Amino acid sequence: MSPLNDGKKVKVDVKGNNDSPIGNEIVYDTNDLNLWYGQTHALKDINLSIHEKEVTAIIGPSGCGKSTYIKTLNRMVELVPSVRTTGTITYKGKNILDKSFKVEDLRTHVGMVFQKPNPFPKSIYDNITYGPKIHGIRNKKVLDEIVEKSLRGASIWDEVKDRLNENAYGLSGGQQQRLCIARCLAIEPNVILMDEPTSALDPKSTLRIEELMQELKKEYSIIIVTHNMQQAARISDKTAFFLNGEVVEFNDTNKLFTTPEDKRTEDYISGRFG
Amino acid sequence: MKYIDDVQVQKRMSSRVTKNNVLKNLFLAATLFGLVVLAILLIRVISQGAAWIDWNFLTGRLSTNADRAGIMGAILGTSWLMLIVIPVTIFIGVGTAIYLELYAKKGKFQSFVATNISNLAGVPSIVYGLLGLTIFVRAMDFGNAIIAGGLTLSLLVLPIVIVAAQEAIRAVPQHLSEASYGMGATKWQTVKGIILPAAIPGILTGSILALSRAIGETAPLTVLGIPALLIPFPGNIFDTFTALPMQIYYWTLDSSLVQEYAYLAAATIIVLLVLLFLLNSIAIIIRNKFQQRY
Amino acid sequence: MLSSCCDFYTLKGVLHKMATNSDLNKKNAVNVRDMIAEKKKKRNFSNVTEKMIPTILIIIASISILTTVGIIYTLLAESIEFFKIVPIWEFFTGTVLKPLSQNPEFGILPLITGTVISSIIAMLVAGPIGLMSAIYLSEYASDKVRRTIKPLLEILAGIPTIVYGFFAFTFVTPVIRSIFPAVEATNILSPGIVMGVMIIPMIASLSEDAMTAVPNSMREGALALGATKLETTFRVVIPAALSGIISSFVLGISRAIGETMIVTIASGSSKNFTFDITQSMQTMTAYIVEVSGGDAPAGSTIYYSLYAVALTLFVFTLIMNLLARYVSRKFREEY
Repeated sequence: MSPLNDGKKVKVDVKGNNDSPIGNEIVYDTNDLNLWYGQTHALKDINLSIHEKEVTAIIGPSGCGKSTYIKTLNRMVELVPSVRTTGTITYKGKNILDKSFKVEDLRTHVGMVFQKPNPFPKSIYDNITYGPKIHGIRNKKVLDEIVEKSLRGASIWDEVKDRLNENAYGLSGGQQQRLCIARCLAIEPNVILMDEPTSALDPKSTLRIEELMQELKKEYSIIIVTHNMQQAARISDKTAFFLNGEVVEFNDTNKLFTTPEDKRTEDYISGRFG
Repeated sequence: MKYIDDVQVQKRMSSRVTKNNVLKNLFLAATLFGLVVLAILLIRVISQGAAWIDWNFLTGRLSTNADRAGIMGAILGTSWLMLIVIPVTIFIGVGTAIYLELYAKKGKFQSFVATNISNLAGVPSIVYGLLGLTIFVRAMDFGNAIIAGGLTLSLLVLPIVIVAAQEAIRAVPQHLSEASYGMGATKWQTVKGIILPAAIPGILTGSILALSRAIGETAPLTVLGIPALLIPFPGNIFDTFTALPMQIYYWTLDSSLVQEYAYLAAATIIVLLVLLFLLNSIAIIIRNKFQQRY
Repeated sequence: MLSSCCDFYTLKGVLHKMATNSDLNKKNAVNVRDMIAEKKKKRNFSNVTEKMIPTILIIIASISILTTVGIIYTLLAESIEFFKIVPIWEFFTGTVLKPLSQNPEFGILPLITGTVISSIIAMLVAGPIGLMSAIYLSEYASDKVRRTIKPLLEILAGIPTIVYGFFAFTFVTPVIRSIFPAVEATNILSPGIVMGVMIIPMIASLSEDAMTAVPNSMREGALALGATKLETTFRVVIPAALSGIISSFVLGISRAIGETMIVTIASGSSKNFTFDITQSMQTMTAYIVEVSGGDAPAGSTIYYSLYAVALTLFVFTLIMNLLARYVSRKFREEY
């Protein structure tokens, strides 16, 4: 068992709906999170609980803090200098914002897929094995197995199995993004963070990735930032609506889109702004 | 009332246009001036030196007799210098660039190092020669050996390599290192596994250009006291040596005494220019072949 | 050794798992999570590397600082020795330089005039021609012409200075003498001109960069009023790019001051205090070559004079380089 796996407490969602199926424990628990870039107050008093093996979508107009939030979940925000946070985010019971928490451990358990497909300028094979290798796995047979399994997991195996040694830049944009998902699966994370993963893709590739996410959620917890409300409605179990750095509403996706409780949510999803 | 007199404007117009055209041609002539000089220089050197290049010249030992003189010793000396300059400048240059671009906190020390490097780039090469004479030849007691020359030239071209490596590292897109960090890679793993491999073409191109600067340098070597007529070939880095530019220098100086020495100098210039041409071609090939599409 | 033994354990662990899981779902044959956790325990070694790297890099980066310190220290230390023997006032005002005579005299003015005059000649050639080339390339030339000429100019910039020295001595000087027979076999005019040719590409390319950086909207503003290209260039583009152009000139001067081989070869080693460009003059750089190349025994006055001259040269070029940077920063146009 991972040492991170001792958080058994179950917390009620912000809106009090505790009707998610049994067994879906909380992976991420955010309490009173505030974040500043220099003087800019980018996230304000965020409270959110994210459950295992679900797709949680985060929506909101651009500049609302949704990307900042998802990057806080694996502490990638720290790549920007002058970032300051208060409050806590517990991942399986441990506060990841604590300075003594090793970010490399966190990011080993929490994978990330980025807005623009960003394969490494290496072969397909080396893209997948990069993660396992940095974590010390060097056995060729094991690596071969990981490559096949990850590529199958991202449903791209059949397209690339005959050209594993070719440069990843030869793939189409949609294939590149699935390769990036496969690269992320190679180290078997618990959570996959997706930061607008389809915004740079055509509709057909988008659809494939959405299908893939339905498969992936059987084994992984997925948190996805999207500016596309239809996408959130199609694929997610829960949705959080961010506005000006605050969580306006967090609820089951069905409820949020059909009977929003906040006027601003209603305005946004009905296309009145943003 | 009309402020602009159409007739007057028309009159001035043609002279303005003529002036423009005349000066345009003057500017073109100025641009071509440098190229014409380049052409004269090359033609002159080739016509004087080409006939003197043969197998004996390339593989023979130095001699005061122009007909028997060869430049193998100088070729070997220059090669030995390259063997020192390449690893030393790449190691220090890339290390410094990684520090400045990826590790240094934006602050006083970082900008101090950066300013220092740009100042070093403007120090005359002969001053580096004095530094080498004081530190490597005398204090470290290498004498006028290859190692002293190589280290002096390395310090001289170091700023070029650092700046080229910095640019190459800066050109690696952020999203690649983000992907690496996102998988739990540490900083050094990301530098070693992602950033450096992507920056290698740029680093190599810069290093080759620095190298070609180094092997054409004469002034610092003259200060180190490289001998004029050195018969034995150097065998290791602690041997005394001569180099192609030094040979050109001595033969040019003595050409007022022995006319043939001017031809030997020209022939050696051809060899040096061919070497530089090859190095630059390699740099261009690397730049074109490995140009990354991110 | 270490890695091979790690591989061995991995292999053993994997074989073990594969054996026990062989009839289970193939997907579970390799449990990456467990393997990573297991590896992590053994990876103290790489943690140490990770912590050492910044220190190692700082040490490497300080080599460039050490170089500066080394240059300044050696120049100052040996110059101070020199000024103990030759008073600093005498050195900088003396017009007689006779380092090798029975009663040696060390006045640097002949070297400074040599340096200044050769630099002036070089800039008279490189300044106008370099600027006109920049104007042509930036304002008049078509893209295709520019892409042909620029690499050729780069070749000109890449030719070793020793080759220019050879060219000045064996070609330019004889040509000048055939026109003006009064010119001596070694003179400051010919190396000055050739240095100018050498500096053309530098001024052309830096000035062109400055002019290309002027936004097109400014040009269009002038052209739309009916100005010719020439008027646009002189009234709009050059004023806007002036700081970059001036700084390229200053850098060119600095380059000329520090240039060694061309003047050493073609200007000879006469230490006369003169302003006659048809005569041989020695520059500071050429003096250093002459004295260090000869047998100046360490510790002798003439040996120390080397450093005093080099210190003066260093200060000259440093001032020029700082000035160039100051000009391009201070007067940078905000478009």
